Amino acid sequence: MGKFKSELGNLVNPACFHNSLEVKGIPRDILFSQLKMMITIRVVEEVVADLVNEKMAKCPCHLGIGQEAVAVGVSKHLKNTDHVFGGHRSHAHYLAVGGDVYSLFAEILGKVTGCSKGMGGSMHLFAGDKGFKGALPIVGGTTPIAMGAGLAAKMDGNGDVAVSYFGDGAIEGGVVQESLNLASVLDLPVLFVCENNLYSSHLDIQLRQSSDRVSRFADAHNIEARVVDGNDVVAVSNATEELLQIARAGKGPGFLEAITYRWRGHVGPDENIDVGVRRKNEDLLAWKNRDPIRRLMEGMQNKKLLEKGEFEKMESDIRAFVNKSKEKALEAPYPEQSALLDLVYSEKK
Amino acid sequence: MTMEKKVSYGEAICSGFQYLLGKYPNVFTIGQGLWAPWYVGNSMKNLDKDFGVGRVIDSPVSEAACTGAAIGASLCGYRPIIIHPRMDFMLLTIDQVVNQAAKWSHMLGGQAHPAVTIRGIINRGGEQGAQHSQALHAWFAHVPGLRVVMPATVKDARDLLVASVLSDDPVLYIDDRWLYEMEDVIPPVEEEDLSEIKPQILKEGKDITLVGSSFSAQMCLEAGDLMTDKGIGCEVIDLRVINPLDVSLVVESVKKTGRLCAVDGGWRTCGLAGEVIVSVMEEIDLEVLKTPAKRITLPDAPAPSSKVLEEAYYPSIDEICSSIIEQMG
Repeated sequence: MGKFKSELGNLVNPACFHNSLEVKGIPRDILFSQLKMMITIRVVEEVVADLVNEKMAKCPCHLGIGQEAVAVGVSKHLKNTDHVFGGHRSHAHYLAVGGDVYSLFAEILGKVTGCSKGMGGSMHLFAGDKGFKGALPIVGGTTPIAMGAGLAAKMDGNGDVAVSYFGDGAIEGGVVQESLNLASVLDLPVLFVCENNLYSSHLDIQLRQSSDRVSRFADAHNIEARVVDGNDVVAVSNATEELLQIARAGKGPGFLEAITYRWRGHVGPDENIDVGVRRKNEDLLAWKNRDPIRRLMEGMQNKKLLEKGEFEKMESDIRAFVNKSKEKALEAPYPEQSALLDLVYSEKK
Repeated sequence: MTMEKKVSYGEAICSGFQYLLGKYPNVFTIGQGLWAPWYVGNSMKNLDKDFGVGRVIDSPVSEAACTGAAIGASLCGYRPIIIHPRMDFMLLTIDQVVNQAAKWSHMLGGQAHPAVTIRGIINRGGEQGAQHSQALHAWFAHVPGLRVVMPATVKDARDLLVASVLSDDPVLYIDDRWLYEMEDVIPPVEEEDLSEIKPQILKEGKDITLVGSSFSAQMCLEAGDLMTDKGIGCEVIDLRVINPLDVSLVVESVKKTGRLCAVDGGWRTCGLAGEVIVSVMEEIDLEVLKTPAKRITLPDAPAPSSKVLEEAYYPSIDEICSSIIEQMG
């Protein structure tokens, strides 16, 4: 369409990158915690999907099933003094830095014990003590805000960084382009993380841009960039480590383009088959062969780092924990009506 | 140390920046033109030399990203001021002001406080035309979560800036180039809690209440002084803070005078003057009113470039005086 020319090669061919991950040299406890976190994210998202189907969760829920490796690989290298910002599809970003599962369910259900005190729901998340400063839904809206956090980190001089998560749709917004320029001009310690899942709601990237390689915009601003298979948590982690080393040393921003694919539709539990180009049932099935969880599990099994039945037990324990958190959230109270007016301004000193 | 020398409104703004940058290491400014001598009149003169380019940052032509950056830094312990040399160009960042800054506290359960000051300068006339002339304060006064201040006096030019920066809420500070040469003697800075700052009476009178903000408050004062010779006592109220808008002082005044005239530098429809009148009407018995309330505003048209049309466009002192005489019957 128009002048579109694909630059991503095999990364956008769903028949490729099905391999088990190569985990040689990586400590077992790191692999274990990454596997556990990816499973946790997936199980949480599946439970959220059920809550939506059962009409108990009423706010719009944008699910990241299939994209778990990006948040987990990036978060391996983050500290709670860093500043992380996200968008509408940020349950994984929140959880991967240590955001509480119960508080997420409570927030989605609109309860006062939610991470945003029931004032935001799925699309307005906060976990300040973990460095998760805010995920909000205006596409690209938090990216310049992350630049400001980067400026603050630069002024603090502690080697902290800011992270801006966004998708391939957001890169089309003027303010994200402005942010790339600003980060480059001011040498900000920021990491742009683009989860390129080839869709902006229903519309395929081929119909929206002249190339599918979003990191070309980083090149245009002389920003150090990496393009990775976003469903390979080891690749994501390694690329993040390189870019953050540069940023923390005060040597400038980094841009991580992680190619991935969402298993559910833009919003809600439905799979959105035949919505937009390249989302037929056979496309989805093909992409599911690039499952980040299966690939890590097999990689660990190949190196005898997971025993027989251990994965199943892990999954079952996580499911029990997640369901217990869900049940507790269903019982929690709603905010008082006074919250409507009391939270408009900060409290008087 | 008392300042006995007269300072101008523009110089007072500069001294506000001097005070803040000097006393608070977490204050910095960012915006277009901060290293150029002409961009913002005399209101930021030599700040880059006095405090360094790391704290007075001249920026790319990226209103949205720079405003967002100021918001982001304010969430991480800093108190930035983002400078927009014209309110018109501030529209390029309206998402960051209205969707972001104003709402972060509410959306995130009161856990995030963008303590950012957004300075939007009203800069009009001189045949600059429609995109270099707007006074959009009414739009932002409409948005819950923003505080909006409009200094009309030399003292407020400095002290409302200080209060805005020290507030934990996002504040839109709107100054007016047409006031920059006005002079006064002002005492040393006294820090105030912005949430406690209310409208003030600039001149007492018993016959008619005139209400304005920023430049229009000074116009009301000038008209009021002229009317004294005609034996008409005008009570002039300067709103100072228009979001949240507290009209109790105006209500008390109208109970006394029975006559109200609201003057505003914005457009007529859905503007601040209409809001003031209705807010007062809600609080008084109709018997109190001796004559219907009136408003004097811009007509509902974009600003012209032609000097002849400019003279017809902007409210004049004559227009205010005519309205006063008409309302006095």
